[in-house]
Order: sequence, then C-alpha cells, then structure tokens
Amino acid sequence: MTTKIVIGLDGTETGERAIAFAKDLAERIGTCELLVVYVIEWSPFTFQTPEENAQRHKRREEEVALATSRIVTPAVDALTSGGFTAQGIVRHGDVAETLNAITVENGGTQIIVGRASADGFKKRLFGSSTQNLVMHADVPVTVVN
Amino acid sequence: MSIYQKTALAAAVMLGASPAMAQEAAGLDDRINQAFADFTGPFVSFIFAPFPGTGFPWIVGWLVVAATVFSVYFAFVQFRFFGHAISLVKGDYSDPNDAGEVSHFQALATALSGTVGLGNIAGVAVAIGIGGPGATFWMIMAGLLGMASKFTECTLGVKYRNEYDDGTVSGGPMYYMSKGFAELGLPGGKILAVLFSIFCILGALGGGNMFQANQAHQQIAGIVGDYPGWITGLVFAGIVFAVIVGGLKSIARVTEKVVPFMGVMYVLAALVIIIMHADQIGWAFGQIFAGAFTGLGVAGGMVGALIQGFRRAAFSNEAGVGSAAIAHSAVKTSEPITEGFVSLLEPFIDTVVICTMTALVIIITQQLIVDPATGLYVLNEAGNGIATVDGNSGVSLTSAAFGSAFGWFPFVLAIAVVLFAFSTMISWSYYGLKAWTYLFGEGHTKELIFKIIFCVFVVIGAAANLGPVIDFSDAAIFAMAVVNVFALYFLMKVVREELASYAARLKSGEIRKFGH
Repeated sequence: MTTKIVIGLDGTETGERAIAFAKDLAERIGTCELLVVYVIEWSPFTFQTPEENAQRHKRREEEVALATSRIVTPAVDALTSGGFTAQGIVRHGDVAETLNAITVENGGTQIIVGRASADGFKKRLFGSSTQNLVMHADVPVTVVN
Repeated sequence: MSIYQKTALAAAVMLGASPAMAQEAAGLDDRINQAFADFTGPFVSFIFAPFPGTGFPWIVGWLVVAATVFSVYFAFVQFRFFGHAISLVKGDYSDPNDAGEVSHFQALATALSGTVGLGNIAGVAVAIGIGGPGATFWMIMAGLLGMASKFTECTLGVKYRNEYDDGTVSGGPMYYMSKGFAELGLPGGKILAVLFSIFCILGALGGGNMFQANQAHQQIAGIVGDYPGWITGLVFAGIVFAVIVGGLKSIARVTEKVVPFMGVMYVLAALVIIIMHADQIGWAFGQIFAGAFTGLGVAGGMVGALIQGFRRAAFSNEAGVGSAAIAHSAVKTSEPITEGFVSLLEPFIDTVVICTMTALVIIITQQLIVDPATGLYVLNEAGNGIATVDGNSGVSLTSAAFGSAFGWFPFVLAIAVVLFAFSTMISWSYYGLKAWTYLFGEGHTKELIFKIIFCVFVVIGAAANLGPVIDFSDAAIFAMAVVNVFALYFLMKVVREELASYAARLKSGEIRKFGH
C-alpha cells in the first residue's frame, strides 16, 4: 500500500526544509506519494465591500493560479524529476484546519510543515498555524526547524 | 441673521475672510436647499399621495400588501426556514471546495452594512417622534413581513445574475426583470428594468447618499458647533471620491471592518440601558402595544403610528426595494434559494433587533413628554410630532436618549453615525453604479460620470435641510419598490418552484451538511 505524506508549504524557505525532510522520509519508506499543499489564508467570516464581492471569484482564480505557478508546481516538478511520486493542491481556508482536512480526505498518514512564520502579535493572540495544526491534527505532524 | 449665519460669519471673520463672503457662504446652503426642494417636490408628492379620502399614503399600502402576499404565498418561509438560514450563514452547508469564494456570511454582512445605519438610529427616532411608541409595533410587523419580500428578491437576484467571462458577477432586479420575464414569455421585462435602474440611481443619490451626508453633518455640527453644511459635504465628497474613483480601497476596507463593531457596540449599549431600566420594560412594551392601536394622542392616531412604523422600517431594511438583490447576488452557491434564506435574516437583524433596541431606549429613557393628567403624549408647538425633553428629533433624539444613561455616548454615536453614513454611501454608490451601467453600458468614462455625479450629491445632501432630503430619499427608494414589487408578483412562482424543490431535497437528505 502506498503511504501518503502531506507537505504543507508557506512560500518561505522553511518549506524547502520540509520538502527535504519529506524526501528523506519517502526514500526510507519506499512506496510513497507526496502531496504538496499550499493553503491560502482565508475566512468565510470577513467583511467585504460589494465591489470586492463582485470580483471575488476572479481574484480567487488569480490567487490559486499564482500559488500554483510560484510555489506548488515548482516543488512538484522538482520532486517528480527526482524520481518521487508527487501532486500539488492549492486551497483557501484556515491553514491548520485545511491542511488537516486535505490529509484526511486523501488518506495521508502524516503532515510535514516548516516552523511557524506568523508575526509576533498575531502569534500571541491566536497561536501560529503550526501550533494549531500540532494541537488539532488527526495524524502525526512533523515540524521541521 | 440666524445663529447659523452668525456662526458662519464669525468663523469666516476669524479666518480673515470678509463678512460679505461669509454671508454668501451661509446663503449658499439656503439656495441649494430651496432649489432642491422645488425640483423634487412633484416627485415626492406623487409617491406619498394618500388614498383618495384618507391620509394613508398608497405607497405604504403597496409595501404592506406585498410583504403580506409574499409571506402567505411562501407559507411564512421566514419562520419555517429561520433556523436553516442560520445554519447556512454558519457555513454548515458550504462545500469546502468553494473556499475562497464569497460565503453566505460575507454576502449577508455586505448587504447589512448597506442597510444598518442611519435608518436604525435616525429613522427610528423620526418614527417614534411623530408616530409615538406605537410606531415600534408596526415597525416590527413590517420587519417580520419584510423578511418574505427580501427572500423573494434575493433568490431571484442570484438566479438571474450575469456571470461574465472574466469571473466578475452583476445581479439585481434589473437582471431578473429582463431575463426572468423573457424566460416566462412575459412582455415588458426590459422596460421595468430600465425604470428600476432610473429609480435605483435616484435612490442611490437620495437615501444612499444625501440623507447620509445630511445626518453626518448634523452629528458633526452638534459636537463642534454649527457651520455650513457644504463644508462637510466637500470633505465627505473628497473621501468618497478617493475611494470610488481613486480606488483607495484601504479606507473602504477599514470602514467595512469598523462598522460591524460599531453595530455590535450600539446594540450592547442599548441592552445595558434597557437592563438599567429593567423595571420599566413592561411599561415600555405596554406603551408600544397601546400606542399601536390607539395612538395615545399622537398626531394622526393609530394610522399615524402605522404609517410611520412601516415607512421607517421600509427605509431601514429596504425589503422589497431591490437593493439587497444587488448586494446578495455575488454569493457562491449552486442553489439560488439558499441566498434567499440567508437574506431573510437581514430585516430581522436590522429592524426586529436593532430598530427595536433604538425604540426601546428612546421610550424607556422617557424622552417623549407625557401629559401627567391624561397619560397622553403632548404634541410639539408645530403640532406635527410629539414634544421631546429638549426639543430633539432624528439623530439628536436617539443621541439624547443614549446620553441620558451614558454622558459620553453622544460622541461615540457621532463617530458611529459618520462611519455608518460613509459605509452606506459606499454600498449605494455600487448599487447606483450597477443600475447606471445597466442603462449605459460598462466603460471607464461612463462609470466615472456616475461617480462624479454621486460625489456632487454628497455636497448637496449635506447642505440641504433634513425635510426635503428625507422626503426625496424616501420617495426615490419607494419608487424602486413600486417597480420591483410589481416584477416580483410575476416572478414569485419561479421562487416557489425553487423552494418546493429545495425543501424536498432537504427533507430527503439529498442536501445535507458537509462533514456530517
């Protein structure tokens, strides 16, 4: 049976270290599929102007295209050219909740992420996405420093 | 020379201007006011014409009948699906794959920021000041019935919206009139759409703009002292211009975020005041019920209370007006009726909750003067409203009521009014623009012309007196309702089919919560 490992990227260099760790793990496991996930931080409970709402669908498509071309596709390409089986997913939502949901949906066995990158105030108030993920994930989480 | 002119004169002298210039500046407000009143008079008279032989405006009857018809036709959908509407807003039925699109909550919040505002603060005070506490009862009734009107128009707004190739959407009554009528093989849809668009532009300039600018000026002048309205108008127009023409979205974004907090704070303050006077809650409701059917001596009696209640409720929650259908149409859903359910919460929050809070605070803090001998309300000198403790009316009556409990509240209220006014203006500039582009087509220059006209009306609104402004604002918004409700009568069967299909699938379990 193929083991599925989810790699959560945040567009920073910590993501590179998460990928490196996942590659190492995948080589040890053998039959392994890597899911490269980028979550665009978004909440359905924000306040927007009518004009923003009217253009939301268009903006969403642009955001997904940008995240795919800049972050996810290069990572997936690098993995597949290195001989790994990999696919990419981009989705909007709360980072921790969405990473966990994607993992559960796809039958992932663990999540690998880089260390938190939230700013000081937000981190103190809400905790970082990584902390939330570690606290609430349904599968083991590895945080790479 | 009035105090008003003297103040302007003094200010101008201090600034080094000549007395002649100052007088001219003060006179400018009067001239704008007179010209505006003369120009809009016939339109206002037509909209508020009473039924022959009565004092009951036909337009109020039109809205009451419509809301009642929709409530009965959809078997009181506003009560049957109230809980379901809350589930939808919470996102229980939202597909996770649609994350990043406009959620039900966002569509509702955007529509609410266009309606919650001065109607809830100033409008309620006007209703109570003229119609007495009994107006509150009719306002709540109008809010509850209006939920069905809102449900009908917002379902249609989503069903017949235009989705363009570039991913943007446009929706609203003009689209369901033209597309819906064509689909049913009915003639005249396009004509209705054009008529609606014309009235929508007037409504955007009136209630969505001038009334807001006017009341914002009254608030600022109440704190810093009297000065010519056109000055406030110019400042406001400048900021609105920066946002809608200059694309300075940061201002709009900040407002959109601050306004909900202001709204919550307003309701909390009202609740605290009501709890502080807990022993009088029973009495206040007694006044509301007694006044609803007897008038308690107010001008116009029971009919006066009813007219004021319905008129101000309609102005506040805009049910049947059609504006909400424009705001709600951007939502992401494959079931148009779900947005109808969500939208029925709007009149509930706006009118049944917030307007009632304002009314209770005014009544409970005893701002209205009662004759101790008869227990009836005392009329003011002009005989057109109830005498109040300090002769206040409109926003200042609400402000005095809250201020009697918390001395600092009028300042917070002033900031809230200015922000509410601004957020309503931004919303209505969009509604007006949608109507404008429906008529004239999309394009930078065409849109710029409307936006400039919109900014000019900010100045006129701030300079004119409340009377002509409020009459024109009401008339323009009700004119939208005339056309919109007429179209809704023809299209409501489409909504009933959607409702029957959705209700059956919900019952069978075909439509269910995600993750359950």
